[in-house]
Amino acid sequence: MIEIKDLHKSYKMGSNSLHVLKGINFKAEEGELVAIMGSSGSGKSTLLNILGMLDVADEGEYILDGVPIKDLNETKAANYRNKFLGFIFQSFNLINYKNALENVALPLYYQRMPRKARQEKALKYLELVGLKDWAHHLPSELSGGQKQRVAIARAMAAEPKVVLADELTGALDSVTSYEVMDLVQKINDQGNTILVVTHEDDIAHMCKRIIHLKDGVIEKDEKVKQVRASEYV
Amino acid sequence: MFSRDAWKEIFETIQKNKLRTFLSGFTVALGIFIFVVLFGMGNGLINTFNEFFKDDATNVLYIFPGRTTEPYKGYKSNRRIEFDNSDLADIKKNYPMFLEYITPRISRNNLVKYKEESNNYSTRAVGPAHQFAEKTIIMKGRYLNVEDIKNKTKTAVIGRLVEKDLFNGENSIGEYIDVGGSVFKVIGVFQDEGGDNEERNIYIPYTTRQLIEKNTDKIDFIITAFKPEMGYVGAMAFEKTLDKFMRSKKYISPDDQNALFIRNVADQLKQNQQFARILQMIVAFVAFGTIIAGIIGISNIMVFVVKERTKELGIRKALGATPRVVISTILVESVFITAVSGFIGMFLGIILLNSLGDKLEDFFITNPYLNIGMAITATLVLVLFGAIAGYVPARRAARIKPIVALRDE
Repeated sequence: MIEIKDLHKSYKMGSNSLHVLKGINFKAEEGELVAIMGSSGSGKSTLLNILGMLDVADEGEYILDGVPIKDLNETKAANYRNKFLGFIFQSFNLINYKNALENVALPLYYQRMPRKARQEKALKYLELVGLKDWAHHLPSELSGGQKQRVAIARAMAAEPKVVLADELTGALDSVTSYEVMDLVQKINDQGNTILVVTHEDDIAHMCKRIIHLKDGVIEKDEKVKQVRASEYV
Repeated sequence: MFSRDAWKEIFETIQKNKLRTFLSGFTVALGIFIFVVLFGMGNGLINTFNEFFKDDATNVLYIFPGRTTEPYKGYKSNRRIEFDNSDLADIKKNYPMFLEYITPRISRNNLVKYKEESNNYSTRAVGPAHQFAEKTIIMKGRYLNVEDIKNKTKTAVIGRLVEKDLFNGENSIGEYIDVGGSVFKVIGVFQDEGGDNEERNIYIPYTTRQLIEKNTDKIDFIITAFKPEMGYVGAMAFEKTLDKFMRSKKYISPDDQNALFIRNVADQLKQNQQFARILQMIVAFVAFGTIIAGIIGISNIMVFVVKERTKELGIRKALGATPRVVISTILVESVFITAVSGFIGMFLGIILLNSLGDKLEDFFITNPYLNIGMAITATLVLVLFGAIAGYVPARRAARIKPIVALRDE
């Protein structure tokens, strides 16, 4: 599903150049639930941004579902993102003046789906995350866990090939974190490919595979026995 | 992109961001409103100027005698200059190619009586051509004619208000009135756009007046009109020629400012028109300044709006909005708001101007108006520049990498 070869990325900081990714190679198959771990500065967010086409690598190949991702201009990247990827962010990134339903329906709007179909589908995914009754509430009226569940519904609504989650539990307490991870696991059980960036050990162990990043290279790539979040809920 | 769905999305955004909508809308509406009102008032001021000259013909020279202030050719200073009938005849004889018409005027105040009614009026003893110089409009009967002058008839043309005062609305034509002890037959009633005072005058033949005053041949002053096709330059030349001729005939020093005075309406009109034009330019300058201030205002708001929406736009981009969609969303929204509020401001301005009407005539503003094309153009210009001003930050926002925008907490 995802294949990257010899990925390099550096940032210019004034006259200095900061080499963040120093040749990353890995593959993720369909249906995998991968955690990318690493301390701050290890390059994990940069990797995720490149995978999410929010940023461009300096060197290396990136193949997503058989499509080589290269020569991206903004428009092409936007279309790929819309077609292939779902995003879940640490800070939720919901649009604050749109209610839950409208937020979930937004990626479908950019897929040019008719309004009615859009809302039906959005409602279906809100139901999946258990927030059907909150469909017409604004993000400001929802708790942190609820906001993240709306964001998950939004990421899923476009039916992406891969869901990318950046510290999705970073702003949540541990009980809520496990609830959210439970949801992520259930979605993964249905065959969705999910990549989770985290620095929390317990969250990482709720995935099926952990990639340890250190100083821009993969230090360790291991399959782990998945801890079910439902045990904690 | 202009599907019903896109519009719905834009309307929702407008509806849910009321403060933003209000701020940009208010700036534009106020700018256009001030522009329309200011420009309309400016036009009103110019109307007032033009009105001053509507009352009289503009190809007219008034020649007034005065008193000498310096001795000349053996004559002492402080000599009173007087005009008489021979001056009329001489001018007529010497300048036939310049002259359209000529008439004297002798003004007196007289007690005028009809039956029980009496009042003081100014009588103007004039020739038939005076009708053209003053643009006197005959309502009924007729004006003085050549026969009246020749026969020194006791006929009078009275103003509309004289008739109203003395005759109480009854017909005055053919009736006899007492003017300062002499009986005159009313042959006509006139009106004048110069206002009420003009309509309280009485015109009588100048020869009749001279006969009453011991058969004198003196006149107060001379009104003469040049041929309009001579134009402004010709008029100035004619004025100079007349001045020279009269000075030599009356033995006045060429440098004596007080002995002879010629009022040239064409020259005054031109000066006033220039003044009005400068006024108009100042008003236009201020009005366009308002528009520019409006443009700057809307530009600032657009920069602010885009800045405020950076994160939202980042989210939209992450979810699949292309740069084109981002730009068009911002632009369509801003153009829609500026256009709607611009036209609201415009109509409010026009409504205010219309409701003012003649209420500001005391402040020299007559019938303020702004032609609708001008108002619409100004509104469109503001909308256009609002769009251009919005385009620059919108394009920048569309170029920002979503990752940067999302980091913007």
